[in-house]
Amino acid sequence: MTSRTTWTAAALRAWLRRPWLARIGVVVFLLGVWEIAARWLIDPMFISPPSRVFMSLDALLETRGVPAALRVTFWELGIAFVLSVVIGLVIGLPLGLAPFARRSFMPIILLLYGTPQVTILPLFVLYFGIGPASKIAFGVSHGFFPVIVTIVAGVQNIKPILLTSARSMGASRYQILRHIVFPHMIPSFFAGMRLAMTGVLLGVLLAELYVSTAGIGYFTTLFTQSFDPTRLLGLVALLAAMAIVLNEIVRRAEVHFSRWHSE
Amino acid sequence: MNASTERRQRLASRGVQAAFLIVLIALWYVATTRWRVSPLLLPNPVPVLSDFWEVLTTGEFIDDLRVTLSELAAAFVIAACGGLIVGYLVSRSHYRIRVFEPLFAAVYSVPIILFLPLYVLFFGLGPASKIALGASISFFPIALSTIAGFGYVERMLVIAARSMGASDYQLFRYVLVPAALPIILTGMRIGFTVALLSIIGSETIASLAGLGHRIVHLAEAMEMTRMFAYIIFVVAIAAILNALVSALEARVRRAR
Repeated sequence: MTSRTTWTAAALRAWLRRPWLARIGVVVFLLGVWEIAARWLIDPMFISPPSRVFMSLDALLETRGVPAALRVTFWELGIAFVLSVVIGLVIGLPLGLAPFARRSFMPIILLLYGTPQVTILPLFVLYFGIGPASKIAFGVSHGFFPVIVTIVAGVQNIKPILLTSARSMGASRYQILRHIVFPHMIPSFFAGMRLAMTGVLLGVLLAELYVSTAGIGYFTTLFTQSFDPTRLLGLVALLAAMAIVLNEIVRRAEVHFSRWHSE
Repeated sequence: MNASTERRQRLASRGVQAAFLIVLIALWYVATTRWRVSPLLLPNPVPVLSDFWEVLTTGEFIDDLRVTLSELAAAFVIAACGGLIVGYLVSRSHYRIRVFEPLFAAVYSVPIILFLPLYVLFFGLGPASKIALGASISFFPIALSTIAGFGYVERMLVIAARSMGASDYQLFRYVLVPAALPIILTGMRIGFTVALLSIIGSETIASLAGLGHRIVHLAEAMEMTRMFAYIIFVVAIAAILNALVSALEARVRRAR
């Protein structure tokens, strides 16, 4: 009887020590600290407890213009992502396949990739206006470099023996592309898409925060200046959720499509 | 392929790079002089270069540069200390790694620049909000790489050192640190780059001083020539800083 109870106690302790449970515990603990600090310790002009932020999410969504702003940001992210991937492919594939072009232009691309583009953010606004076009363009400027870099690396990493044997068996250029280059590029292509999503999120949100007349940047500025932390936190939380969902979709796709290649 | 063809190819690549640059500048020049692109959109390269020279020689950049660099230094030091300590503490047990690593990775995947309005609300428009934002953004790659570095040291090495009677300090100094250092250094370089980016970014969006603020100020005043000169200056500073950090990283890697 006693051995039985000790067994269940040990099992209970093992069950309690599961990492995901502790992870939830950490998050709940942090939310609790935030709740207590916001309710009793910090000036309510600056922070609002998570319970109130959550409760007023529907009030936020009823604020005139906020749903439209979220929709606009979502479309900006989507269009910038698609454009980044297409541009990255169009530049990356030829660069990866032609060694001379690669050696000539890759250093330039890596140099551009390494510079903080945010210094030319005012130029994007000047050229593309303060509407969605400048956000999309700025997002693309962050998104297409990682696609190029990973595509080039992916094409470069194809084992030469595969290309040589295909050629010696008389494969045409199209057949080599279709049956060797494309299948082997898929893992790096999806890795590039994941990095592109990170870059596009950064670029579009930076541009939104910098200048915006109806997008989420307008509302974050408005809520900051009117000391309305409840709605500001709610809006930021919604955007963070959007970013997490988009990142997760791309990451899942990467894991899914790279499986065949992993062994 | 023999050595001389290889060298000829490398020279040809350099030639293509130089030609690309020259064509770009020539197009810029022709666009402003012949094709009548408005100087409000694209100023002529010659005055831009003379402005750049003026900015360099008069030293008017010093105040803004000092603000940006001190923000960067403070943010990076905070992030490095915090990231190294937290990362090391987490890496000491497999259980803690499994609890905290996914949490950090999840937060790292959110674009933290989103929280800039909150930082401005809490810390004001001055340097404090930039330091806090830069430190929080660069904390995550440093902490994650510290966990990866210390957490996955081969057990064989640890057991061997222990069985030969290594003390805790000796184990740390001669086994753990050399094994973890390369990964940590990569994380610190990434942390530095994102700190620089987020500090210039937050100066661009909301600030009172600094290089990012100067560029926005000139853009709003429509002083395009001066603004292009400053853009060249900031890009050069960023390139120099990144090169310095990479060189430092390579140096530490060799000396370990």
